[in-house]
Formats: sequence, C-alpha cells, structure tokens
Amino acid sequence: MTLLPVPLGNYILLSGILFSLGVIGVLTARNAIIILMSVELMLNAANLLLVVFARVHGDIGGQVMVFFVLTVAAAEAAVGLAILVAVFRRKGSVDVDRLNMLKG
Amino acid sequence: MADQLIFWVAAIVAIIAAARVILLKNPIVSVLHLIVTLVALAVLFLQLSAEFIAALQIIVYAGAIMVLFLFIVMLLNLRKDEFGRDQLPWLRLLGTLAGAAFLAELISVIGGGRARAAVLPQEFGSVRSIGKALFGEYLFPFELTSLLLLAAVLAAVVVARRRSPSEPENFQPAAPVNQAAGNGGEA
Amino acid sequence: MLPLLWTIPLWPLLGFLLNGFFGRRWGKKTSGLIGCATILVSFLMSVGALASLLSLPERRYLVAPFDWIVVGNFHVPFGFMLDPLSAVMILVVSGVGFLIHVYSVGYMSHDPDQPRYFSFLNLFVFFMLVLVLADNFLVMYIGWEGVGLCSYLLIGFWFRRPSAARAGMKAFIVNRIGDLGFSLAIFLIFWNFGTLSFIEVFERAPAVAAVSGGLITAIGLLLFMGATGKSAQIPLYVWLPDAMEGPTPVSALIHAATMVTAGVYMVARCSTLFALAPVTLAVVAIIGAATALFAASMALVQNDIKKVLAYSTISQLGYMFLALGVGAFAAGIFHLMTHAFFKALLFLGAGSVIHALSDEQDLRKMGGLKTAMPITYWTFLIAALAIAGVPPLAGFVSKDEILWQSFSSPIGHWLLWLVGTITAALTAFYMFRLVFLAFHGQSRYPSTVHPHESPGSMAKPLIALGVLSVIGGWIGWPKVLGGGSWFEHFLAPVFEGAEARLPAREATHSLGLEYGLIAVSIAVGLLGIGWAYQWYVKSPERPEHLRTRFAGLYNLLLNKYWVDEIYDAIIVRPLVGSARFLYRRFDLAVVDGTANGIAKLAQTLAATGVRTSTGRFRLGAVTFAFGCVVALGWVVYTFLRVSG
Repeated sequence: MTLLPVPLGNYILLSGILFSLGVIGVLTARNAIIILMSVELMLNAANLLLVVFARVHGDIGGQVMVFFVLTVAAAEAAVGLAILVAVFRRKGSVDVDRLNMLKG
Repeated sequence: MADQLIFWVAAIVAIIAAARVILLKNPIVSVLHLIVTLVALAVLFLQLSAEFIAALQIIVYAGAIMVLFLFIVMLLNLRKDEFGRDQLPWLRLLGTLAGAAFLAELISVIGGGRARAAVLPQEFGSVRSIGKALFGEYLFPFELTSLLLLAAVLAAVVVARRRSPSEPENFQPAAPVNQAAGNGGEA
Repeated sequence: MLPLLWTIPLWPLLGFLLNGFFGRRWGKKTSGLIGCATILVSFLMSVGALASLLSLPERRYLVAPFDWIVVGNFHVPFGFMLDPLSAVMILVVSGVGFLIHVYSVGYMSHDPDQPRYFSFLNLFVFFMLVLVLADNFLVMYIGWEGVGLCSYLLIGFWFRRPSAARAGMKAFIVNRIGDLGFSLAIFLIFWNFGTLSFIEVFERAPAVAAVSGGLITAIGLLLFMGATGKSAQIPLYVWLPDAMEGPTPVSALIHAATMVTAGVYMVARCSTLFALAPVTLAVVAIIGAATALFAASMALVQNDIKKVLAYSTISQLGYMFLALGVGAFAAGIFHLMTHAFFKALLFLGAGSVIHALSDEQDLRKMGGLKTAMPITYWTFLIAALAIAGVPPLAGFVSKDEILWQSFSSPIGHWLLWLVGTITAALTAFYMFRLVFLAFHGQSRYPSTVHPHESPGSMAKPLIALGVLSVIGGWIGWPKVLGGGSWFEHFLAPVFEGAEARLPAREATHSLGLEYGLIAVSIAVGLLGIGWAYQWYVKSPERPEHLRTRFAGLYNLLLNKYWVDEIYDAIIVRPLVGSARFLYRRFDLAVVDGTANGIAKLAQTLAATGVRTSTGRFRLGAVTFAFGCVVALGWVVYTFLRVSG
C-alpha cells in the first residue's frame, strides 16, 4: 500500500474547480474560441480524475481512457475550429450572440 | 513533503491560469494561459505515475491542439475589442451562479478520503504498459478512434472549405462597434 | 318477367343518371326522349308484371336482388314485393307518370334547364316505384324520403324565384315532421317485432296486439302521422298549396301519381296494423273527413287556378283516408287510382291554359277559352265531371263507393257520410266555378294575348287521360249497378288480414238504401254543378253580391282560415326564436367559444413557447446548466441521504 502525495479529496476538489471554471467559461464567454477552450478545460478536469483513479486502483485502463479523451479533444477542436472559421466567414464575427438564426 | 509542495504549486498555478483563460478578453492570452494549465496538469500526471500521458499532454495537447487554437485566433485576427456591449449582462451572473452551484454540489459529496493508493506493478504508466493495453484489451476502441479522427478531418475540411464561386460569400466585416463598451481587458 | 321485377325502378334511375350527367351536353331533345323512354319501359314492364301476377295463384311475388344491411340478427334485404296493391300502384305511377313526362316535353320546351327537370322527374318516379314495390319498411323509407327530396327539388325548380325556393323548403320541412312519425313507427316496429319485413310484421301483429294493444295503436298513429305529412292531411297539409310554385306538370305528378298517394298507399299497406287498433282507424276516418270538408271549403273562393286544384287534391285525399278509415281499403285505393287520372288531367289542362295565356294563373283574368282551346276544354270538362261524381265517369264510381262504405261499414257512421256528401256538393261547385270562369263567358285576359291550343305533345296526354277518366272507373263498377266490383276482388288478397280483424259486414242494408244513396250522391253532384252554373254563368253578379254581404266568411276562406299565419305564430316563430337564441347563446358562445378557445390556447402556448426559442446560444446554455445543476442536485441529495 503506497500513498498519494495528498488526500484523494484534494484531487477531486481541484478537478471540480477546473471543471466549474470550464462551465463558467462556456456560460459567460461570448467569444466562441474561449468557449472551445473552456470545453478543453472541462475535458482536462476529467482527465485529471481519470489519472488519479488509475493510480488509486492501479488500473492502466484509466490512463488509456485519457488517451481516448485526448483523441476526442483533438477531433472536437478540429471540427469546432472549422465551424468557427465557417461562421466567421458568414458573420464576420465569432460572437455567439450573433448566432441567432435558430430564433423562432 | 516535496510531493505535497509540488501538488499545491501545480494546483494553484492550474487554477489561476484556468481562471484567467475565461476572464481575459484577448483570445491569444487565453490560449497561452490554457497551455499553462495543461502543463501544470502534466506535472500532476507525472506525480501519479502517468509518464506517457504527461508526455502526451505536453506534446499533443499543448503542442498540437493549442497551436491549432492559436493558429485560428491569428488567422481570424480576433482582437479583444471584437464585441459590442453585452446585451444580456445578467446572463454572466447567472452563468457564474450555475458554475458555482455545480462546484458546491461537487464539494458537498467529497468525502474525507485518505491518500491511500494501490501498489503499482513495474512500469505502470510507461509507454509499454499503455501500448499493451491499447493493442490488447482496448484494441477495438482504439481502432474506432482512427475512424473518429478520419471523420473529424473530413468534417473540418468540408465545413471550413471555401464556398464555390457561384455561391456569394456573405462576408460582413466585423464591425468595430462601441469601443468604449469593451472594458479594456488585461493583456 | 317477374324475376326482372327489380329492374322496374331502375329504368327511371338510369334516366336520372343519364340526364343528370350528360343531359346538358346531349341537349333538350335527347333529355326529353330519355326521360319519357325510361318511364315508358317501366310502364310496359309493369303491365307485363301485372299479367304475370294474374297467373300466380298466390298473387304475391317476392324478389331481393341483394342484401342491403346484415348486422347480427338485423337483416334487411333490398327486397321488392309484387302483389295486387303494388301492381296497381306501379301501373298508376309509371302510367300517369309517363303521360306527364310526355306533356312536360311540350310544357318545358322553352326552359333552358330541361335536362335538370327531366333528371329530377325521373328520380321522383324512381323513388316512388321503390316506395310502392318495397317489401319491408326500411326500403319503403328510402322511397319515402326520396320522394320528399324530389318534391323539394322540383317545387323549388325555379329556385331563382324566392317564393319557389321557400315553397320547396316548406314542403320539405313539413314532410320531415311527418317523416319523424314514420321513422319512430319503424323503430317501434323493429323493436317489438324484430323484423321490418311487411309479411312477417303483419303475421306477428295479432300476437303482439294481444299482448299490448296500446303498442299497435301507437305504431298506427305514428304511421298515420307520416301519412298526414306526405298525403297533405290536417294538420300537415299546408305545404301542398304552396307546392304550386313548381312547374305545372310537377304539380300534376305530385298530386296525381306520386308523393301524395304515398301516405294513402302506406296506410293501405299497413291495413293489418290499423285494423288491429280500432282507434287509429277512427282517427284516420275523422281526419280524412275533416280534411275533405275543410279543404273543399277553402277551394270555393280561390282565384288561382292551381290553388283551386291544390285544395281539391287535399280534399280528395281526405276522401281516400275516409275510405281507409272505415275499413274500405280497396275503395280508398280505387279512388286513389281514378283520382290520379282526373287530377293529372285537371293539372295538365290547367297547365295548358296557363301556357296559352303566357303564365297567367288568375281565374279572374281568364274566360271564354272554350273556342280557342277545344281539346283542353273538352278534356278538362270530362275531368271536372269525373271529380264531381257524374256517372258513368271514373270519379263517380270510386266516390260513390267511398260514400256508401262510410255509411254502411260497421265502423262507419252516418255523420262521416254526411260530411262526405256535403264535400261532394262543394267539390262539384268549385270545379264548375273553375270551368265556367276559365272557359265560358267573356274573355277577361288582355287583348294582346292570343290563346292557342297546345302542341301535340301536350294535347295527346290530355286525350289519353280523358279516356282514362271516363273508363278508368269501370273496372270497379259496383255490383248493384250491374258490375262486378272486379277491382275490389283483385285487391282482396292484400286486405284479407285486415278484413279478418274488422267486424263482419252485415248484409242487412237493403238494396233500396243503396240505390237511394247513389241517387243522393249523383244529385248533390248535379246540384253543385247547377249552383255553379247559376252563379257564374246565369247571373255573374251574384257572387260579387254575396262577397260583400258575407265579407267576413269570404275573407276567412280566402285566407285559408289563417292557418299558415297561426302555424307561423305558434310554431315557426317560437322555433326560430329559440333557434336564434341557441345560436347566439350556445352555438356562438359555447360551441364556437370552445373550439376557438382551444385554438386560442394553442396559439397562446405556441406564442409563449416560441419565445423560449430565442436563438441566443448563451441563454440556452445557461438554462441547460441550471438543468444539470438541478439534476445533479437530486443525485447529490439522494446520495447524502443514503450515506447519512
């Protein structure tokens, strides 16, 4: 039985704080790029927990999952940024408040 | 003791950088701060016997994905005074409130866990062990990620490609509206 | 021949379809030809059917081309029945109907809507044939409703005239009141007998009557209510005078061959039911006699040639019901037939007069047409003599039979005879008033009008009907006058069931009495004619004189006892008022309000809902986040509760 550097709760708290910051970023930012970055932040918060619990349980699966998340993040960034470029072409801005074509 | 110090330093750096990512107005600065967060997390990963993941974090995340962000920001030439006055200022408050409530709920269920962890086998978190897992137990999902990446590449190309000449580009130059409203973000 | 019985009504239906769909394209000549030819085929087949029937010992033939309704044990074949009664009816309907069709070719030749006219006329005959050939109540009801519909269509044929459209509606609505009784009777019959077939119902009727006589009485009264609507008896006769708004041949068809005879036929058909409930027969007789007298009195003073004939029809129908009511069913049907001949002739003759005078219907503007229109005059005179009961014409035979029966029948009464005899005198008077005013004396029409005899297509039916009006009655020539009462014998099998229920006829009346009554009935007829001659030919100033002296009575009659006005005040107005009230307070407020309210609610909800679709990304995201917070909060709450 080995020990973590700090109690498990600290890791969870750190992850929670990062995740909540990501949530706040998505909810408050008007710049679409900031929103995409906030999403990355949330993904990383999840990654942290995956790595922590892989360590706690001694299961390599957690780290493999991080690998997958990384892949998804890359894909998401690529598509998201492509959409961003397309939106910018059409609207001349990345202000999400201007994306109101779905207004009923 | 040193381990704890490293944790706290990395954690605080990550939090501060993350906060600045969402608070700053200048997208370039935000991107740079996000890289800082990623690096700080990579440090924590190293502490948790995840050497390969930490390396990936630096190389792929900070190196590739974030560079892509930076590239787009520069390509679109986004500036901090991009936007006009916020027409829904109360939404910022509500959004922050939602995030805070979320955090509060998370905190309320964190138990007083102890720092106990499993005894690790040799080479836990090394390239070899992860490689074995990837090409063994997780082979099928791993192959699926290739499909995912292919789809993403195609999607990115299709979405971002220029329209055909017959289709008029409905370009409206970003109107630099209301300079005074943008309360000069810290660069 | 008989297996093809069911095709008899199909021919007019074919004519209706052809004229209805293609008449306008094929032109007037063709539509008239189709109209007449289809009825002629039906008539010839009816003659053939009669011939075949005479060779059948059981005097009844049933055929059902197809099953109409089969639901559980409710089984209604689309069945037709030929027996002496329906044989007589189809001959009258198709025969007289054919003559009227031929006449119509000439009469309607100037009307651009001739194809429509002939299609309706054919449809009318079709429904009437279905009505009389039906072997159960439901098929009869189809014909019953169908002739009501056709009367509406034809009375309102010139629908651009508001009065015609109104008259059509009046006929339809008044008929509907009677139909209500008929349909209720059908429901009662099905409920208690479990079948609608005539034969089965009449077979079971005595058993049912033994259990509950009141039920049979109720059915009889409801059936008679239907008959009063169709056959224009008190109190539902009011539609018939207004029905004069239709083309004159239509009036002839309605009054002679179809429609009004339906009620008489129906009562005769259901004679077994009526015979089982003596009350209903008494009601039928009394209503019939009252209607006869009442209508005849109104006919005395009418100035419209067609109105006189209309009231005369009501009066004659009263005779028929009087006959049915005293148990002389054959006599009633006999009068129905002879009346069809001379009433059709009277209407067609009147149509000729109207035609010749360029649509003038007022008797006061006629006169002296005798020389200008000899054929019309002579045939009209024959018909008038027939209806007045002058021997040996058709009307005399049948009317005398009715009067004799009403006096001598065990359920008859001398009062009924008296009313009938007075009516006979009045009938003779008003008919000859009409004849004298129209054809004799000085011409009172404008000198610009030059009356002319009608063309051949109109004159020939007149002659044919004139012959029938003379000889039509001879088939029922009474025994006491050296005849054989063949008609009565022919119909006897149909009324066997009813006769068996009625008190036995006693042969106590002496021959002298019968001769005496015949003499009286001839005498009153001649008296009426002489009276009319005295007033309208010898001293034309007398009526004028009397009119001023008895102004009150005259106005009462002229205004038809104000019955229309009374109905209007006590039935129509309250109905319209309450309908309007319900329309405003219930339809508009509640029904429409509910419907509109639901629509409005949906609209409001949608208008509210669409506002959530702001298209604002952040608003959606924040809402979503709060949703997650609540959901997570629920999870956290349960977790904390479980873990204490």
